[in-house]
Amino acid sequence: MNRKRRNVVFAVCFIVAGMTIATTLALKAFRENLLYFYSPSQVQAGKAPQSRPFRIGGLVEEKSVVRNPDNLTVQFVLTDTMQTVTVVYDGILPDLFREGKGVVANGKLRSDGVFEAFEVLAKHDENYMPPEVADALAAANKPITVNSVVKPE
Amino acid sequence: MLPEIQEFFHMGGYAFYVWSSYGLCFIVLVLNIIIPLCREKVIIRSIAIQVHRKQQK
Amino acid sequence: MLRHINQFASPKNFYALSCKLVHYFGGACLLLFVAGVFGGLLFSPPDYQQGESVRIIYVHVPSAWMSLFVYIVMAGAGTIGLIWRIKIMDVIARSSAPLGASFTFLALATGSLWGKPMWGAWWVWDARLTSELILLFLYLGYIALQSAIEDPRMAARAGAILALIGIINIPIIHFSVEWWSTLHQGPTVSKLDAPSIHIDMLIPLLLMALAYMCYFISAVLMRARCDLLALERNSAWVGELIGERSR
Repeated sequence: MNRKRRNVVFAVCFIVAGMTIATTLALKAFRENLLYFYSPSQVQAGKAPQSRPFRIGGLVEEKSVVRNPDNLTVQFVLTDTMQTVTVVYDGILPDLFREGKGVVANGKLRSDGVFEAFEVLAKHDENYMPPEVADALAAANKPITVNSVVKPE
Repeated sequence: MLPEIQEFFHMGGYAFYVWSSYGLCFIVLVLNIIIPLCREKVIIRSIAIQVHRKQQK
Repeated sequence: MLRHINQFASPKNFYALSCKLVHYFGGACLLLFVAGVFGGLLFSPPDYQQGESVRIIYVHVPSAWMSLFVYIVMAGAGTIGLIWRIKIMDVIARSSAPLGASFTFLALATGSLWGKPMWGAWWVWDARLTSELILLFLYLGYIALQSAIEDPRMAARAGAILALIGIINIPIIHFSVEWWSTLHQGPTVSKLDAPSIHIDMLIPLLLMALAYMCYFISAVLMRARCDLLALERNSAWVGELIGERSR
């Protein structure tokens, strides 16, 4: 390998290494802001912003959904299996909104600890299967493994 | 037979989303074949003219 | 070894060989596409949660995979061209960019069309979607850079450096769903424990992924052949080739 070529190889390594270090540091510094949503545990621990809107993500607790018969208002409990937060929402829910499944809600925390959402998005899991297979799994009492909805800190 | 075909195109109510996804992919992928084919023709023609001129000299 | 590579990499030999490769991979691509589309739209089952809308997966996921793969090809070929000064590699890097941008656009657009009915939003600013959008801008920046610099050697060099700087985005896109809480779900096919997609859906998905791969190979070679002809228009082999053809 001649000298000129070796210099180019060095330069290439330098660029890649430099970019890797710079990006790692930048991502570490902005880690908080890259979180798309907070978990109920983080909210209960007071880690979520109090005055401005934020997103909260978790599973809709089984049998917690209460629909108001007069309007579109819905109330449900979000859980990350450790802590829970009650959410109220006035609007149309996405097709995938189900009890026991993940959702991400955007809104504000009221002073009484209830989360008032102005947007609810469904977070579906990474499992794909025909309905018959899902039914068979349910009949056999086999849980469908899901990567945790809320990432550990 | 007919209701089955209708049901297929209906896609369980998601027809717009499913068919526009497939349509978009088809259009973009086909365009990416047609463009280089046209370009090849243009380039070969211009080189042929260049070669022809050289031979005449 | 190096001499063999050089021989293959001579523009004349490459031009002759790539013609055959375009036909082989193009044919394979067509067969796989037909099998994949029929498998995905007709023979695969609906999803237990998402119903028929899950069929978007057969065009969305291969597009997203290819958007990453093409970038690696582009950066790799550019770097080889930078170090060993192989003209073919520069041409391949340059030809990959529009295809990579197309795949990235398709991944974003079909993802949006899938996100609206399932999530409830066309677009969200989570880590996966944002990093994929940055990838599109990287491709567009690369294309703009290539068209801005007239000297092909200089353009190839600048492009290779830009591609190298941007390659850091590739692992970020891939791992974004594991590192941060995102609305986009985690990996399905590359999940280590149990495969979390049913075999009847996995087969058409892999057929489509293979079809996309063959498509890319033949499409990138088609572009590279054009570029090569234009670059080498004054060389003897091009003159002979065109002279013979027009006679």
